[in-house]
Amino acid sequence: MTTATLSRWNRFRESFLWYSFKRDKVAIVSSIVLLLMVFAAVFAPLFAPTDPYDLAQIDIMNSELPPVGMSGADAAFPLGTDAQGRDMLSTILYGTRVSLLIGFGAVVLQAALGILFGLLAGYLGGRVDSILMRIADVQLSFSTLMVAIIVGAVFKASFGNLMFGEIAIYMLIFIIGVAEWPQIARTVRASVLAEKKKEYVDAAKVMGFRTNRIMFRHILPNTLSPIFVIATVQIANAIISEAALSFLGLGMPETQPSLGSLIKSGFDYIQSGSWWITLIPGLVLVVLVLVINLLGDWLRDVMNPRLYKG
Amino acid sequence: MLAFLVQRISQAVLVMFVISVIAFAIQDGLGDPLQEMVGMSVSMEEREALREELGLNDSMVVQYLRFAGNALQGDLGNSYFYGKPTLEVIAEHLPATLELVIGASLIIMFLSVPIGVYAAIRPQAWLAKFFMGVSTVGISIPVFLTAIVLIQIYSIGVTIEWFPEDTGWGRWLNGAFTTEGGLPSYGRGDELTHLFGTWYSGFFSTDGLMHLVLPCVSLASIMLPLFIRLIRAEMMEVLQSDYIRYARAKGLSSMRINFLHALKNTMLPVITVGGVQVGVMVAYTILTETVFQWPGVGLMFLEAITRSDIPLIVAYLMVVGLIFVITNTLVDLVYGLVNPTVKLTGKKA
Repeated sequence: MTTATLSRWNRFRESFLWYSFKRDKVAIVSSIVLLLMVFAAVFAPLFAPTDPYDLAQIDIMNSELPPVGMSGADAAFPLGTDAQGRDMLSTILYGTRVSLLIGFGAVVLQAALGILFGLLAGYLGGRVDSILMRIADVQLSFSTLMVAIIVGAVFKASFGNLMFGEIAIYMLIFIIGVAEWPQIARTVRASVLAEKKKEYVDAAKVMGFRTNRIMFRHILPNTLSPIFVIATVQIANAIISEAALSFLGLGMPETQPSLGSLIKSGFDYIQSGSWWITLIPGLVLVVLVLVINLLGDWLRDVMNPRLYKG
Repeated sequence: MLAFLVQRISQAVLVMFVISVIAFAIQDGLGDPLQEMVGMSVSMEEREALREELGLNDSMVVQYLRFAGNALQGDLGNSYFYGKPTLEVIAEHLPATLELVIGASLIIMFLSVPIGVYAAIRPQAWLAKFFMGVSTVGISIPVFLTAIVLIQIYSIGVTIEWFPEDTGWGRWLNGAFTTEGGLPSYGRGDELTHLFGTWYSGFFSTDGLMHLVLPCVSLASIMLPLFIRLIRAEMMEVLQSDYIRYARAKGLSSMRINFLHALKNTMLPVITVGGVQVGVMVAYTILTETVFQWPGVGLMFLEAITRSDIPLIVAYLMVVGLIFVITNTLVDLVYGLVNPTVKLTGKKA
C-alpha cells in the first residue's frame, strides 16, 4: 500500500505537470493564495473571531465601524463591521466558505450532467447528438447567466422569500449547475469524437463490451484532462454567477451571506461613506476568482496537447 | 442559399416555440389569475363559474394555443402592478436599456479594435502586456463590482491621505489619487429628449449624457477584455497567413497590411461573436440597471419578480427570447453571406 502511494507520488514529481508548475511563478503564487483562502474558509469557525450566524454575539452599537487604520476603528474588528454590527472578517470568512461550497457543488453537478450528455452525444451521434447539441447551443446563446437568472426568478416566485432563503444553497447549486452544463458537454463531446476513432475503442467493440462500459470505462478516462481544465475555469464562473444572483436578491439571504450577498447588503450603505462593507468582500471575491482563472489558464497551457513540447 | 435561409428561419421559429412553451408553463404554474381578480368573499360556485368563463378548465393544449394566439397578436396579458398591457410597459422601459447597450457598444468598439490590433502587432511591447494583464484581471471582476467601484470613485469621491501632507510630493500624490466625485449614479436624470413613441433619449443633453457615463462604462467593462483578447488572437492568426507574408514580401507598407488586409479578415469572427454577445449583454444589463437604478427592462424584470407580477415576467421572457433569436439568426445569416467557406446546406461541396 505504502509503496503504491510512494510510486504515485514519484510519478507525479517526474511529470511534466509538476515540472512546468515549478517554473511558473504566476501558477505558484496563485495556488498558494488559493490554498490559503480555501483553508481559511474551510476552517472559518476556528479562525473567525465571532460567529456571524449567532445573533447573541452581535451588538448593533458596533455597526458601521471602519477597518483598522481609519479614525474611529476598533481593534476588535480588524476589517470593520457591517450595518448590523457583525465583524467583517468573520462574515467574509464564512461568506467565502458559502461561495466556495456553491461554486464547487455547481461544478460537480454540471460536470456530471456535461459528462453524461457529452458522452452520449459524442459516442452515440446521430439524432441524440443533434438534439442534445441543439439544446446546448440554444442555452449558450441565451448566456448562462441569463438562464440562471430566469430559473432563479421562477424558483423564487414559486417558493416565496422565506422558503427560498432556507434552501438557497441547494437551489443555487442546482440553478448554476443546470445553467452551465453545455460548456462541459461540448468539450467532452469534442474529445469523445476524437477518441472514438481510435483502435482501442474498436478493440473493445470487437470484444463485445457493452456501450455503457466502452463509454464510461474506456473513453471517459481519456477525456479527463480537458474536463479538468474547463472545470477549473467553471468554478470561477460559478462563483461569479452565484455572486451575481445573490447581488440581484435571487441568492443567499443576508442571515447566511455569501460574498455576493455581502456585497449587496453593503451596497445600500456606500452612499453614507461605509465603503468597506461592500468593497472588502468585493476585493476578496475578485482575488478568489482571479487566482482560479490564472490557474485555469496555466492548466490549459500545460495540458493542451497541441502546446505540449516536453 | 434559399435552403440555408429556410433552415435557419425554421430553427428560429422552433426555438421561439420552445420559449413560448416555457413561458406558458411558468404562467400556468405560478399564477392563479383568479386569486388576483377576486377577493376572499367570493363563493366557490362563483369562482368555478369564473374559472369556466376564463377557460381555466380547458385542456392544457387549448390553453396554450390561446396563449400563443394572443401572443402572436401582440397580447401578453396585463401587468398586475402597472394595470396595463405588459407589452406597453416593456415598450416604455426598453429605450433606456437600448441606450445603455448602444453606449456600451460604442465604448467597446472604439477601444477594443485599436488595443487588440496593437497587442497583436507588438505582442512583446510592455504596453501590450499591460493591456493583456488588465484584461485578465478585468474578466475576473463581476460587472456589479466594477459599477460599485466606479460609483465610489467618480460619484461619491475618494479622499486619500496615505502620504505625508507636509511634504511637497506627499501632497501631490494625495491630490493625484483623490477624486472629486459628482458624476450622477442614479437613474437617467430629468433632461430627456422625446424622440418618438415611448423613446425618451438621454443622448441629446449634457445631463442625460452625464447619467449615461457610469452605467455604460460598467457594462462595457465586462465585454471589453473579451473583445480585446478575441481581436488579438484572431489578428495574430491572420498575420501568420500566407497572403500577409506575400503582402510583406511585395513591400506594402505595414500600415496598409495591418489595417487594410489583416483587419478585414480579423473582424469576421469578431462580428459573429459580437452578435452572440448581445445576448450576454442583456443579462448584464439586469445587473448594471440594478446598481444604477436605471429604469430599463432589466430593473423592471427584477421588480416584477419581487412583486410576483407573473404576466410581466412572462412577457419579459418572450420579448428577450425574441431579441435573442432574431440577433442570433441575423448573425448566422450575415456570416453565411459574408464568409464563403461556411458550408451552406443543400449545396454540394
